[in-house]
Amino acid sequence: MMAVIEENPGYKWVGTRPIRPDGLEKITGKAQFGADSILPGMLYGSVVRSPHAHARILSIDMSVAKSMPGVKAVITSADFPDLALNGGSAGDIDMSNNVMARAKVLYEGHVVAAVAANTREQAKAAADAVIVNYEVLPHVLTVDEAMADNAPLLHDGMYTKGIDPKPEKPSNVASRVVHERGDLDKGFAEADLVIEREYTTKPVHQGYIEPHAAVADANSDGRAHIWCSSQGHFQMRAHTATVLGVSPGTIKVTAAEIGGGFGGKTVVYLEPLAVRLSQRAGRPVKLVMDRDEVFRASGPTSGTRIKVKMGVTNEGQLTAADVWMGYEAGAFSGSPVGAAGMTVIACYDIPNFFVEGFDVVVNKPRVAAYRAPGAPMAAFAVETVMDELARGINIDPIDLRLQNAVVEGTQASYGPKFPRIGFVETLEAIKNHPQYTAELGPNQGRGVAAGFWFNAGMNSSATVHINENGTATVVVGSPDIGGSRQSMALMAAEELGISYENIKPVVADTETVGFNDVTGGSRVTLATGAAVVDACRVITADLRARAAKTWDVEIDDVEWVDGQAQHVDGSQPPLSLADLAGKSGRTGGPISATASLNARGVGAAFSTQLCDVEVDPETGITRVIRYVSAQDAGRAISPAYVEGQMQGGVAQGIGWALNEEYIHNSSGVMENASFLDYRIPVASDLPMIDTVIVEVPNPAHPYGVRGVGEVGIVPPMAAVANAISDAAGVRMKDLPMSPVKLLEALNEKGK
Amino acid sequence: MKYASPSSVEEATGVLAGALSAQVFAGATDVVPQIRAGRKQPEILVDLKGIKELLNVSNEATHWRVGAATPTARLTENSDFSSEFPGLSEAAGLIGSDQIQNRSSLGGNLCNGSPAADSVPAMVVNGVRAVVAGGSGSRTVPVSEIVTGPGKTSLADDEFIVEFEIDHMPAHTGDAYLRLIPRTEMDIAVVGVGVRVTLDDVGMVSAADIVLGAVAPTVVRVPEAEAALVGNQINDEILATVSAAASEACNPIDDKRGTIAYRKQVAGVLAKRAVLLAAERAAERNGDAK
Amino acid sequence: MSRRHITATINGDEVDFLAEEGSSLLNALRDEVGLTGVKEGCGTGDCGSCSVLLNDYLTCACLVFAPEVEGGTIVTVEGLANGGELHPLQQCFLEGAALQCGICTPGFLMAAKALLDRNPNPTETEIRYALAGNLCRCTGYDKIVRAVQEAASQIREA
Repeated sequence: MMAVIEENPGYKWVGTRPIRPDGLEKITGKAQFGADSILPGMLYGSVVRSPHAHARILSIDMSVAKSMPGVKAVITSADFPDLALNGGSAGDIDMSNNVMARAKVLYEGHVVAAVAANTREQAKAAADAVIVNYEVLPHVLTVDEAMADNAPLLHDGMYTKGIDPKPEKPSNVASRVVHERGDLDKGFAEADLVIEREYTTKPVHQGYIEPHAAVADANSDGRAHIWCSSQGHFQMRAHTATVLGVSPGTIKVTAAEIGGGFGGKTVVYLEPLAVRLSQRAGRPVKLVMDRDEVFRASGPTSGTRIKVKMGVTNEGQLTAADVWMGYEAGAFSGSPVGAAGMTVIACYDIPNFFVEGFDVVVNKPRVAAYRAPGAPMAAFAVETVMDELARGINIDPIDLRLQNAVVEGTQASYGPKFPRIGFVETLEAIKNHPQYTAELGPNQGRGVAAGFWFNAGMNSSATVHINENGTATVVVGSPDIGGSRQSMALMAAEELGISYENIKPVVADTETVGFNDVTGGSRVTLATGAAVVDACRVITADLRARAAKTWDVEIDDVEWVDGQAQHVDGSQPPLSLADLAGKSGRTGGPISATASLNARGVGAAFSTQLCDVEVDPETGITRVIRYVSAQDAGRAISPAYVEGQMQGGVAQGIGWALNEEYIHNSSGVMENASFLDYRIPVASDLPMIDTVIVEVPNPAHPYGVRGVGEVGIVPPMAAVANAISDAAGVRMKDLPMSPVKLLEALNEKGK
Repeated sequence: MKYASPSSVEEATGVLAGALSAQVFAGATDVVPQIRAGRKQPEILVDLKGIKELLNVSNEATHWRVGAATPTARLTENSDFSSEFPGLSEAAGLIGSDQIQNRSSLGGNLCNGSPAADSVPAMVVNGVRAVVAGGSGSRTVPVSEIVTGPGKTSLADDEFIVEFEIDHMPAHTGDAYLRLIPRTEMDIAVVGVGVRVTLDDVGMVSAADIVLGAVAPTVVRVPEAEAALVGNQINDEILATVSAAASEACNPIDDKRGTIAYRKQVAGVLAKRAVLLAAERAAERNGDAK
Repeated sequence: MSRRHITATINGDEVDFLAEEGSSLLNALRDEVGLTGVKEGCGTGDCGSCSVLLNDYLTCACLVFAPEVEGGTIVTVEGLANGGELHPLQQCFLEGAALQCGICTPGFLMAAKALLDRNPNPTETEIRYALAGNLCRCTGYDKIVRAVQEAASQIREA
């Protein structure tokens, strides 16, 4: 189902659903993912990880491990430059210390050593034989524990940023962010209804099915080649170089196919270890995480505590919002609380607000980006308060949102004025959807929620080559995580006027395409897509010039239409791309163009979602029985994969809502580091997920693209919570809304 | 680790007698994760699937014989067995995904010793017996006596289960197994309840077995609930007694999968529901005894 | 370190390889036989990425010890197409956009094949439960379920 707000201006390829360019390799098993590279003479690596949440490393004895059969190299932090001693930035020092612990381990799973050996069994045995002596230190696991007076400190030198004057004592609070407008007291005084609630959420993992993997082959001259699956091989190159203390130019990274990332594969974990092991051993080395290592040492996103107070008049006008947010960063600063503060009330035009957020370090794995980082937990809090406000003043929850929705020209809560956006259109799409008024059965309930995400732009490069027969190769440096090669090919086909099937999109290595930032922030179809379009336009200008030269006319007399050069007055027989390509040697040489850009303007994304659940009141089990997601895509270049992004975000959100959580015991050891006990949704847990693609084109992109990857995960937790409230009459304020918690709430209500 | 695949019971007991630390397995669906997590490091893996008797399923005059290593999928797709023992068949069919079902077995599910094993309450209510082979010969013991605690069994190091004997379901008798998992599949039971009831000509309960899983170190029988049912028509009052008794019989722990309070409460809910389902099946079986 | 010599019929060909006795069929297929279409997502039977047909039955290759397959038959995703002709499931996954990253796709195809081989006309619920042993984190399963429905319909009509 597609709600087109602005008509498609006659595109031939954009908006169609052909077979994806990389599909055949993936359905026949040929596609090479991170762990699939096998090099001659390759060794297998294994990593030694801390069993403690917080401990000082007293000594590491590698003598037994080094003497074991097949072992070729053993490395520790001593094998990496200490960036703190040579002027590294705070961020680089943290990155290095996360790759390999130096003085202290800060979470269970933190790397302390790595080995390489002839076989995986030998490597594992040697890793088990590395003896590490620890002095175990007291640990903190939550925002509350970490912010408590006299809490054990992770970093002695951490003084909270964003507080004036600078605090006198160090703490576990890395920074404080504030956004404010108007007069909070006045706003609440104007309200007829004020709702104040407190929420908690647990860390959740991105849950990509492919574990992190890297193969490195180092040469004796200091150069190295890495094959790895990541969301940005240029970033892997830069970060690996930083940790190793070498120039990025000495490292080449080839992007393997990536088996899911969702933000979590923007971080280096194994790459620097694999290169150093390869250098020490003089052989290629493969490192692959086990699933339990993925859980214990990569990802997740923050656990949080969020307090929200909002006021509304009886007429449905929001008057004030007061928000307090504590976000766990894991072992090093850098939680997404900044983005959370900017997104938390971004859907609404509220005259008076105060939003305060804290970035808090705890003894858990360092958080990594996860789909709209920071926004989903914040939306869980605000969107359930919105539901309570609507019910409290007897107004339809979509109408309350419509009345206060941000539109073009509204000053966003985080600063700038919104350009053309499609929030209202997504609200109306849900309101007009037949499910919004469909009948509910016993123990069933319905909830709606909305979400906002900025979308990113950043830097991209692309090169387009015209082959001798008029087909084209589109070379990009953005790893394809959800179908972006198809979008690139569709836009190139539209620009060049040739068939989609005659375009081969390629994700090239770091030495054969210009720089690209990571595949993240829903930015690739926007920014890399714009680079492809720019390169294609250089080519079509070139083709017109060549035709003009051939016909001996002015370039302005030549148009590029339907894949051929045409004289404006029809006085020349048209020259097709194949004609011009075949004669390129006589008209100026090979036809090729490169474009590099910093994206010229992002397009904010909004999503509104509708969820129906059924609750078993005797067991606390919640099943999602129907779901609709409406999202403003700007323009859906590749609608099948836009729907896929929307459906995938919803599925992850439903998992976050109902069952997913990191469970740590009192020693700070993760207890559910497996897909058996970290419960991501399985096929039988979910209904079909209906999608409504709203198209309000982004004026800053040649095809109106906004970016679609992330915003879909922002509303689901609140949509599910609001549906549970409707079904069972209890307000769930802690994620996940597991059967245990829901039954407790139902018991409490029954008293 | 070495691998052995004996083709007879005698050969297998011989291998076990000669090994320092052996791990017998059928589908290895529990053994592999345990080895991977470092919880087991056997010297030799003994694959029991090469022994004919362990893969046999036969319907005999007085009972079924089910080889201990028979993949549960082969058992659940046996329509004669599944219509006679729907509860036990469904319990066996809940052990993991289709992939797991082609490997998991009643013998493995039992001997892994998990308090949450789905097939065990259903086997116990049906009075299933295990035929155990070992260096000192063969013995037959009730399934209820095999597991002694989490991960622990009463089997000697050189013993393994060859097959299960399951007496035919009497007339007017039905079984049921229900479990609670947070997802719809791929989970370990937070609570499991096996029930078997026999009804007399007027629909009165003449025999009842109620056994809980995942709520104590081993499966637990609920005699108070059984006693409340026997001699009575099933009604709301009796069901309330059954629920209360089931909750009371629990001796659970708080862990990552559930809390004590939750397990106790839900054991009562599932016991009630399983009694109703078993009674419905009993009523449908061999006539119209209602 | 001695490794065992193992012979099996893999994707129609008799293949022999060496494997440590305690190693998994998954590692043997990937490292020794070169069939890297069989993926590891968890190594404990919880994600289904390594699904293969072993002696005609759907199995997680990570839960099988390599020596168990001596004399057996194995079909992996690499053996699903008939030469250059794709299996209807493969074609329907392609046309229905039933994959995003593609890491889980080989396992889903094998599980779906096992389902349709025994039940040519499954309901949506039957499909969802039959695929519950295969985790996908990208798609929300919607397009996968639809692709299996479409393939089932095509196979029935063929």
